[in-house]
Amino acid sequence: MDRIAQAFARARAEKRAAFIAYLCAGDPDFDTSLAACRALIEAGIDVLELGVPFSDPLADGLTNQLAAQRALASGMTSARVFELVRRLRPLAPALPIVFYTYYNLVFTHGVEGYVRQAQAAGVDGLLTLDLPPEEAGEMLAACRAGELRTIFIVAPTTSEERLQVICRAATGFIYYVSREGVTGVRGEMACDLPQSVARIKRHTALPVVVGFGVSTRAHVRQVAQAADGVVVGSALVNVIRDNLDNRPALPARLRAVAAELVAGTPCG
Amino acid sequence: MPATATASSGMIDRFSLPDATGHFGQYGGVYVPETLMSALQELERAYAQAKSDPAFRTELKHHLAQFAGRPTPLYFAERLTRHCGGAKIYLKREDLLHTGAHKINNALGQALLARRMGKKRIIAETGAGQHGVATAAVCARFDLECVVYMGAVDMERQALNVFRMRLMGAEVRGVTAGQQTLKEAINEAMRDWVTNVRSTHYILGTVYGAHPYPMMVRDFHRVIGQEAKEQILASEGRLPDEMAACVGGGSNAMGLFFEFLEEPAVRLVGVEAGGRGIRRGEHAARFEGGRLGVLQGCKTFILQDLDGQIELTHSVSAGLDYAAVGPEHAFYRDRGRIAFSYATDAEVMEAFQLCSRTEGIIPALESTHALAYVVKRARELGPDKILVASLSGRGDKDVQQVARMLGTPA
Repeated sequence: MDRIAQAFARARAEKRAAFIAYLCAGDPDFDTSLAACRALIEAGIDVLELGVPFSDPLADGLTNQLAAQRALASGMTSARVFELVRRLRPLAPALPIVFYTYYNLVFTHGVEGYVRQAQAAGVDGLLTLDLPPEEAGEMLAACRAGELRTIFIVAPTTSEERLQVICRAATGFIYYVSREGVTGVRGEMACDLPQSVARIKRHTALPVVVGFGVSTRAHVRQVAQAADGVVVGSALVNVIRDNLDNRPALPARLRAVAAELVAGTPCG
Repeated sequence: MPATATASSGMIDRFSLPDATGHFGQYGGVYVPETLMSALQELERAYAQAKSDPAFRTELKHHLAQFAGRPTPLYFAERLTRHCGGAKIYLKREDLLHTGAHKINNALGQALLARRMGKKRIIAETGAGQHGVATAAVCARFDLECVVYMGAVDMERQALNVFRMRLMGAEVRGVTAGQQTLKEAINEAMRDWVTNVRSTHYILGTVYGAHPYPMMVRDFHRVIGQEAKEQILASEGRLPDEMAACVGGGSNAMGLFFEFLEEPAVRLVGVEAGGRGIRRGEHAARFEGGRLGVLQGCKTFILQDLDGQIELTHSVSAGLDYAAVGPEHAFYRDRGRIAFSYATDAEVMEAFQLCSRTEGIIPALESTHALAYVVKRARELGPDKILVASLSGRGDKDVQQVARMLGTPA
């Protein structure tokens, strides 16, 4: 079993949803980002989702756009993102690390070469926001050969027909976006989550996680009752944003916020 | 301006592209977040139905004539021709259309389509403001809610168009991310669409983005070339030797060229923005220093760094100030069917004044890129040759900016 499957199995055995934490790699700078990831690991997260900073993140809300800008301004590159993973790997040998990225960043390096580099660095899976399965042939083949898992998004607008295509292409987990829209903190969660997750599960045995807008412990608890995993992004990125002037204190504050959210994962 | 290579033949059936999945060879496709996939498929179906519906075609034709003012003249620029002392120069006068540019052809088509789909809210991006103004106009005409995204820098240099949009009831939202121009406006429009996809149609303004946009926008502009072909045959009894159009995304160029793609004797030249010269961040000539990549919905030629981050661009004209080019242009360039050249800001400023002085026509800075090319080309060719330039828009919107650059108060 790979690290991703193991992490979900572990959470399931402990009767809780897996906690997937998102941060933008290199936000606000390499060293602080490394410390921030370490803080998340200490807080007990199950999967680390690293955003690879892109100049044109059209699926992201303002919080993540600014995070990517900070990271790029501090000198983050693909090579540095891989370096960040290499530095994290020994700290958490069992932790799945997946990339949340845009296709041009993969394509520009040559898909096969990029996948090889990612795997060598210790990455477990790729979620490419603007790459639907219909265009993903080359990446799917490279990931299969490189034993990297693929993660695809399902939206409320996804048709039954497309759901089949997506579930055939995914090998890691399915990421359900609970609302139409970009990433970001929201007031409340969609109330039809259990039905939506059940609809996806009719097409796949892979874990289904829910994200986009999950930002409070109450949200986490609500999602944990319905899905195999819960993704929190902007709420964590906001902690970085709010502590830019006090970077040494940032990891401890992030750990506290993350621990509070992780505590919402038990189901039933 | 560089010398351009001669296009070889190798005609392909222009109607065979894009393929069923939206590809022009290796270019094009559908690269968008999952939330938009259903909307794009719905749009593709709705467009296919509309296209084959005689009632839709009749309605569009009616509005193109009555609201937009088609057909536009193919005008013989006699004094400009004499000034250059070479080939005859004709201008396809899209600048005479309502709202001042070719953009209205597509805005009308898509607004009628949105109405058929029952979408009451329209969003659009705009660079120079011409597409935004056209969209605002059709939304006023058809009683649709209209939100236009525009980079803050472009709002500044195209202030007149911002006011025109607001007068016609559109909400103009300034975008302050990145370099605050067209690319960022598209990002923001896509974010709006992802969020409001069920109620909203996105009227994308060029032959760019995910399928079916490049095909659909091309089709709505084909009328430019269809008219030009009839007109040149009527006035000269033969086809032109060469045609030129500016290329940002490339909608006026594709509209003019499409009818001539399978006429091997007609050389087709797209003119990109050379800006302050072909150096990183100083221009927007994607075929000079760009390479294959994926941005904002499709695979095409893009100005980007080695790591895949999109590079800054510059052009005196907001409408050409964009890092990527329409996928169909990239395809025909590979085939040698459309050649590409570029004009620098300085060449454009000169041609802008020349056209104003000799013809009494103030061209849009975007369209002036094509003029700068044909002025140079006319001098190289003999008087027995015929050139057609796409005068895609009028320059009223640019006079304040030009006055500033020339140091004369407007």
